[in-house]
Amino acid sequence: MAEVDPAPRGTDGEPLLTVEDLRVHFHTDAGVVKAVDGVSFDIHPGETVALVGESGSGKSVTGMSLLGLLPKPAAQIPTGQILWRGTDLVPASEAQMRKIRGQEISMIFQDAMTSLNPVMTVGKQIVEMIRLHLDVTRRQARARAVEMLDAVGIPEARKRVEMYPHEFSGGMRQRAMIAMAIACDPQLIIADEPTTALDVTVQAQVLEVLADVQQRTGAAMILITHDLGVVAGVADRVMVMYAGRLVESAATDPVFYDARHPYTLGLMASLPRIDVDDVVIGSDVDLRSGRRLKPIEGQPPSLLHPPPGCSFHPRCDLADIGGACTEEVPALRRVAIGHTAACHFADDLEARAAAVGTADAIDLVHAAPVVEGPTA
Amino acid sequence: MTALNEELVVDVESGSDPSTDHSVAPEASSWRNIWKRFKRNRLALVGLFIIAALVLIAVFAPLLVRLESTIGGIARLDPEIGTSPARLQPSADHWFGTDKTGRDLFARTVYGTRISLLVGFSAVLLATTVGTVFGALAGYFGKWADTLIMRFTDVALALPYIVLAIALVVVFGRSLVTIVLVLASLGWMSTARIFRSSIIQQKNQEYVEAARSIGCSSWRIITRHLVPNAIQPVIVYATLAIGTAILSEAALSFLGVGALEPTPSWGLMINHGRSALRSDPHLLFFPAAFLALTIVAFTAVGDGLRDALDPKLKR
Repeated sequence: MAEVDPAPRGTDGEPLLTVEDLRVHFHTDAGVVKAVDGVSFDIHPGETVALVGESGSGKSVTGMSLLGLLPKPAAQIPTGQILWRGTDLVPASEAQMRKIRGQEISMIFQDAMTSLNPVMTVGKQIVEMIRLHLDVTRRQARARAVEMLDAVGIPEARKRVEMYPHEFSGGMRQRAMIAMAIACDPQLIIADEPTTALDVTVQAQVLEVLADVQQRTGAAMILITHDLGVVAGVADRVMVMYAGRLVESAATDPVFYDARHPYTLGLMASLPRIDVDDVVIGSDVDLRSGRRLKPIEGQPPSLLHPPPGCSFHPRCDLADIGGACTEEVPALRRVAIGHTAACHFADDLEARAAAVGTADAIDLVHAAPVVEGPTA
Repeated sequence: MTALNEELVVDVESGSDPSTDHSVAPEASSWRNIWKRFKRNRLALVGLFIIAALVLIAVFAPLLVRLESTIGGIARLDPEIGTSPARLQPSADHWFGTDKTGRDLFARTVYGTRISLLVGFSAVLLATTVGTVFGALAGYFGKWADTLIMRFTDVALALPYIVLAIALVVVFGRSLVTIVLVLASLGWMSTARIFRSSIIQQKNQEYVEAARSIGCSSWRIITRHLVPNAIQPVIVYATLAIGTAILSEAALSFLGVGALEPTPSWGLMINHGRSALRSDPHLLFFPAAFLALTIVAFTAVGDGLRDALDPKLKR
């Protein structure tokens, strides 16, 4: 991107992480799967960026590649740079990566039950993390572990530190994971669907804890999720991934109210909105706007044989079949300040919908900006 | 499910006011759960008591019987001491009778417990160590390491067990140490296979990736994370293998390529008893009964352990 957009949210403009044209290819028996296909983005200190997409869109693979955790040799990075504070992590050695993992960039996984070692006490696991990176005694590490558990709101941390993961409830396990992730004061936390496996009430608490620790430590966060409700609550910026590419990237509000990609619009249209009153729980009809929740028809494309042109065109209500959409891969381009989208019609989706003229197309562009959105 | 729900409730409450949450009711730790399930298996429990008794007998053998009455035992003593009339039937003086050279059979059987357990435990310890190292390397690193180690294992498994054991003992000389080494060198393959598959199953678990994500090295992941999680089937197998190793020692001794006289090995005693089966059946009966009891006990405990460690496996 040649155009320079202002750095978001009170940062000095120097990004913590710059990903440039990252590609991750999986070599399978069936062929090469392009799980990530040319993704570029920046992460600035202290900001929360949501990476949104459905399963298989490449969002988790992107997250894994930042830490060098891709399964080798199946996964290869043919091109691309991951500049972490000026150093490219793609060619970094395993030993270099080990120093970064946990200390500078740490990761929170979806299911704390399976990502904590079942035969080690929670305390021991946090102590291990601390002692891998900081030169402290066992006793100091332990004190730090208790302090961390306390910080994430685990009651009786001194006692809990002795317990095994299975003795924790789901919410507490996820808190313990967060405690572990922040134990070495990382500058970046990658949270891979941190609340997906949790109860809705517990989800809210965990998000609160995440926001709290982030504020306390000043760490930036990449929040990988498919839950747009979570995104609306905590993210400063949103990046939408589809079939291994970024299709839209903007601050959170514009994504929700002024989406410029049909896929993003589709995600919004399939989302029940709590910000509109009178929504009947369990109903698939939004009573206020009278709209039905509209799923995105079809399946995500095979990454083994991606469709020609825009990879979203087989499912897109606005697609110009036989035209640009099936011929040419749309580039991610700037549509407003700090807002990029990869659609041939990103500049005027409404005009395109009118040109297509189907009810589906018109519904799509009108469904998303629900009521008092800035563009409505 | 109910327990889980209760926990969630506790957690929700604790979220609103952490200071009031005293309802921490820790579930039984996993080892306690395993013991609970193990206890339910009567046969395994009996087996465990038998093994405990045998271990006590082996450890305190010198307190139970006088070494000289075995004429020999592990250390050979003056053959003049403690000689009794040969081939006495079991009596108050000689509970198990005496053998054809007048040695007290009870004393020899008791000391035989030492030999059997010592050989069984050390052979299995050695075999398990070798097997887990090979299995871990093959399972974790895969590719050529896996191919190399597993083909080597296949070759080792294809060798005729008892024939090779006899050959090795003959070549390296008859002694208990040789027997242990031979049994270990012929017994590590199954452990390697079991541990390899267990490691492969575990290494794709998320906690391994999580461990890597905090900066653990491969060595650390194997030793601290994978081994403790993958070792359970090996423990079960090792328990069963102790019985097998004891039996193999007895078999080798019986065949005349194992322990040397006057070592009170059960196998050797059974061999001697065999020739006098009609006139003095006690010479065969007591060591054979001890041998059988020991093996049954280890098998029962192994079975019980397997069921306790993996409740899903229960048929």
